[in-house]
Amino acid sequence: MSVLLVIFYIISFLAVYVQVFFLVTFLENRKKINIRSTNITLDVYPTVTIIVPCYNEEKAVMLTVDSLLELDYPKDKLNIIVVDDGSKDNTWDVLQKYSNNSQVVLLQKENGGKHTALNLGIENSSTEFVGCLDSDSSVHKEALKRIMTFFLNEETMAVAPSIVVRDPKTLIQYAQRAEYDMSHYNKKMLAFLQGIHVTPGPFSIFRKRVFDEIGPYRKAHHTEDQEIALRMHKHGLKIDHCPDAYVYTSSPSSIPKLYKQRLRWIYGFIKNATDYKDMMFRPQYGTIGMFTLPSGFISVSGVVLLMLFTFSQIYSFLSRKLLQVKAVGVSSMFGNSFSFDPFFINTRAFLFISIILYILVVAALINGRRMIHGRKIFSWDILLFLTIFSVIAPFWVLKAIWNALTGKEASWTEERDYSFKQVTP
Amino acid sequence: MKNDWKKYIIVLFITVALFAIAASLSNFFADKKIAEMRSIQDKLAIDILSAETQFSLLSELSCEQGDGAENLSKELNELAEKISYSEANLKGNEEVTELKRYYSILQIKDYLLAKKINEKCKSNIIPLLYFYTTANNCTECTKQGYVLTELREKYPNLRIYSFDYNLDLSALNAMIRIYKIDDTKLPATKYYETLTERRHKDS
Repeated sequence: MSVLLVIFYIISFLAVYVQVFFLVTFLENRKKINIRSTNITLDVYPTVTIIVPCYNEEKAVMLTVDSLLELDYPKDKLNIIVVDDGSKDNTWDVLQKYSNNSQVVLLQKENGGKHTALNLGIENSSTEFVGCLDSDSSVHKEALKRIMTFFLNEETMAVAPSIVVRDPKTLIQYAQRAEYDMSHYNKKMLAFLQGIHVTPGPFSIFRKRVFDEIGPYRKAHHTEDQEIALRMHKHGLKIDHCPDAYVYTSSPSSIPKLYKQRLRWIYGFIKNATDYKDMMFRPQYGTIGMFTLPSGFISVSGVVLLMLFTFSQIYSFLSRKLLQVKAVGVSSMFGNSFSFDPFFINTRAFLFISIILYILVVAALINGRRMIHGRKIFSWDILLFLTIFSVIAPFWVLKAIWNALTGKEASWTEERDYSFKQVTP
Repeated sequence: MKNDWKKYIIVLFITVALFAIAASLSNFFADKKIAEMRSIQDKLAIDILSAETQFSLLSELSCEQGDGAENLSKELNELAEKISYSEANLKGNEEVTELKRYYSILQIKDYLLAKKINEKCKSNIIPLLYFYTTANNCTECTKQGYVLTELREKYPNLRIYSFDYNLDLSALNAMIRIYKIDDTKLPATKYYETLTERRHKDS
């Protein structure tokens, strides 16, 4: 057995373990997942500030702010702070539309990065709850109320929403739609296990005292939403996930844009997980130390090793074909009559293990979709996701590892495309 | 923060069970493939024996052989392909090696029969002996294999008998001695001249 095959089996074992872990958690807790389709009313409406950090977002910021203003939440209980982080376009001028709105506070500062904009917003808030909404996203009007129900549990310190791809148009965006559906499932399962490792920029809500206790956002390798979650776990603060709090976000429309976004995410994960490596395999940190961080590293290394394995298989196949061409010419590859004999189907164990793994991933995807949209759908975008991400994900993972090793920091770049049609699940 | 150790262990058992299922499925199909090869081999053995018997019975009277030769070639080729595939994909499987040994003996028997037929009759069968090695990474053997496969498809009368030089088999060792095959000159092919060709050369 070759070394690569042994590595393949080890990585596959760990990957199957992670998926089975989620599946068992799902089967244990599926009745607790509550998707509300009707309007709800709260007994008490706590005060909330939503911070919208923006940098060169003249095209999208109005959609974001308007969706916040349309939230079904008492206007005197909801404040919106829009922070223009030194935009070079007309963002500030566009924002003046809200200058007379009593719910909206506009702040402008020199460019210092998203974390500085968020921190300025937090400093200027005096409400019981604080949240943020990236200026490329918009919210479902019931989202805030649904999230607030999770804070009825006094132990809950932050709640993450379900992020849905807004109005997909390209194949890459459809693939991401399927991927996001799977991430809802993963996030909800991690929430049951108290192991969520990211409170996403689009509409995660915190108790304000979280920041008083553990400090403000940090730069955190341009993934401040991952760092704050890890820091919360380090301080024993609970993060939950509200599956029916929908947030619609613009997603990269092309492979280069997706590559840049994922490079930043994976780079951020590697760097943040390294910064918090002392939590790894420490039982006192619960699931985040024993499961989430290790499985993240397994995913990162697994993608690279599986790519090496695939390349070695392709190389070996092409070498054989080249040898055949050298020996008997190109015509030999096409001239022979085709006959199918099931005997020649590869039935080695790694084939069945790959099938098991793919079944578990598709099950996760369908469960995620069912959880969020209330229906079980196997659609073509699932196949699209599996195909596209299997091929291109190793490249950004490899680059992220390289950047992390060489200290080359990933940066915010033009990753998004804006579309203004709201989609209701 | 609590860790649900029981769950970690249950999941471990489920994962091990899934891997065991994958391994069992793989073994099940490997066994089926070996059984299929054995079945072809048994049929081949009967066909060769039948051809030998038929030849013995009729050799004194006529060279009539019927249409069994072509089928025999097909069976030999099919088995050769399947054994070669299994060698690559069921590595370390003792049964495949055993099948290969048996197959080599059948090839020798068939070769001897073909030789007899060629000597007594005007036969179209052209026997060709091919010796290769699996002991080291023999690229030239693979290349030669492609060439012979191509030739076999182009010329159905060409009957190629391929032998693994490193297969420990007394009958095969005898062939290697008779044809003076040197392990440093692998792959090697030995072509058996038919009686017609020899006459043609002599004249």
